[in-house]
Amino acid sequence: MKIWRAVACVVLLLGLGVSLGANWIAPAGYAKQYREVTGAPPSRAHWLGTDDIGRDRFARVLYGTRISLLLAPAAALLSTLLAALVGGLAGYLGGLWARAAMAVTDLFLALPWLFLLITVRAMMPLNVSPMISLVVTFLLLGLLGWTSAARVLCAAAGSLRNSDFVRQARASGIPPVRVFWLHVLPNLKPVLYAQFWISIPVFILSEANLGILGLGVAEPLPSWGSLLKELEGLVSIGAEPWKFIPLILLIVVVTSFQLLLSKQEEAPA
Amino acid sequence: MLARKIARHGLTLAATALLGGFLSATLVRLAPGFGVDERQLDPRLNSQSIQALRDARLERSNIFRFYFHSLRRAVHGDLGTSISLGQPVSTLLRQRAPLTLRLVGIGLLLSWTVAMALALSAAWLRVSVFDVLTTMIAGTFLCIPAAVLALLSVLWNVPGALAIGLIVFPRVYRYARNLLAKAYSQPHIVTARAKGLNESRILFWHVIPVVAPQLLAVAGISVSLAVGAAIPVEALCGLAGIGQLAWQAALARDLPLLVNITVLVTLVTLLANTGADVIGQMLRGHYL
Repeated sequence: MKIWRAVACVVLLLGLGVSLGANWIAPAGYAKQYREVTGAPPSRAHWLGTDDIGRDRFARVLYGTRISLLLAPAAALLSTLLAALVGGLAGYLGGLWARAAMAVTDLFLALPWLFLLITVRAMMPLNVSPMISLVVTFLLLGLLGWTSAARVLCAAAGSLRNSDFVRQARASGIPPVRVFWLHVLPNLKPVLYAQFWISIPVFILSEANLGILGLGVAEPLPSWGSLLKELEGLVSIGAEPWKFIPLILLIVVVTSFQLLLSKQEEAPA
Repeated sequence: MLARKIARHGLTLAATALLGGFLSATLVRLAPGFGVDERQLDPRLNSQSIQALRDARLERSNIFRFYFHSLRRAVHGDLGTSISLGQPVSTLLRQRAPLTLRLVGIGLLLSWTVAMALALSAAWLRVSVFDVLTTMIAGTFLCIPAAVLALLSVLWNVPGALAIGLIVFPRVYRYARNLLAKAYSQPHIVTARAKGLNESRILFWHVIPVVAPQLLAVAGISVSLAVGAAIPVEALCGLAGIGQLAWQAALARDLPLLVNITVLVTLVTLLANTGADVIGQMLRGHYL
């Protein structure tokens, strides 16, 4: 398993490194339209061919990978922080606070994740600039994705609340906020790390789903979702197999995160 | 005791569903462009008609009033009229619910059959190659976005229910496999096996009673997963079910339709989870 984790780490670092170097590898950019070669198959000039308006698919895959690999962890960080704040505080305070926080969490969890995401995303302005759509999409993932993590953190903080060292700290007269910040939160770190890693592949897949349904990152900015939307126009799988490259890349990256996750899942135990 | 617990579950369920509906209504009300009605730009309308449209908007603009009136009408069976489709919401839901129920039902049946068959085989056979292979298959499906599976089902001309089944299957398989593997590694089962007890007897007498409550909890969650999967499958496969309706309502910001769908979806998922929870607790002997 260690070898597979090492491979996953290498794959992710390689993916991130190559996508970060997109400006040098594909200097023409993701939006340049080669009008004379629209919908072209792979060639020496365009390794993955061009899309229906002549944009280089390889460049778009590189830039799209960069967006997903940088912003999904950012959204995961936001959701983990929110979960730590809501779940951790609710678990630490206990009683009515915990019940109220968990009632809100249950409400969010009662709705299927994709339904919730689509409903909320559709309420946001759709005809905005690509950059704003990018921020809105990933911000939404971060703001809505904290609930299941909050539940776990509430349980973890609840068990810490009754531990000897927290009781002693409280008995010594340390203010509750300080106890939470200095004693409870640091002990939640392993759970927080695990929740952070769990969220990343979930958010990558969610962005892809939103993109395919036309509610993700707006054109011309590429993302895995908008790249996968191209599959809609396929007549058969054998006709243009290179259109599956973004999907294969997505599977490889998400699998790599899952492999790394197996280590993180072991950590809190 | 049982009646009291079921009543408490029921009360929580109703409160959560109502709150869910209220939150979705608030969300739509706060969405940019909510107060704009393009019908007011129709040059054929006279001032009275335009005023009537404005009054109708005004009624919906106060979220508390709108929700209170909606609830009062809902008690009498009137769920309001869809703004985008111009039809009564109850009619739309009645027309589309059977397809979604069929899709979700068949999808769940397929996913559970395949997942349990593979998980049981993996636990029974204890052949690492088989275990790795099935885990890899499930892992691959887990890494494919639900919308891509829906698109592929269109491409391969595969029924939408199969797409839902493939979306739910890896989640169920992962839990079922881990639960069964853990159950089979328990000392009393290892001893039973060492003594040469029949495998089916071990399964039905020793393994199933241990894992049943947890599997029931997964069953409750899988309903929520299947309902969520129905949205991209119906939207991309052109199937006129509740999932597609939810999608259209969200895009059109159709407040009456969206609120009712949210309440319905919340109720279905909560009912599934509560049902699984109650049965699981009964199996554990809490109510016995």
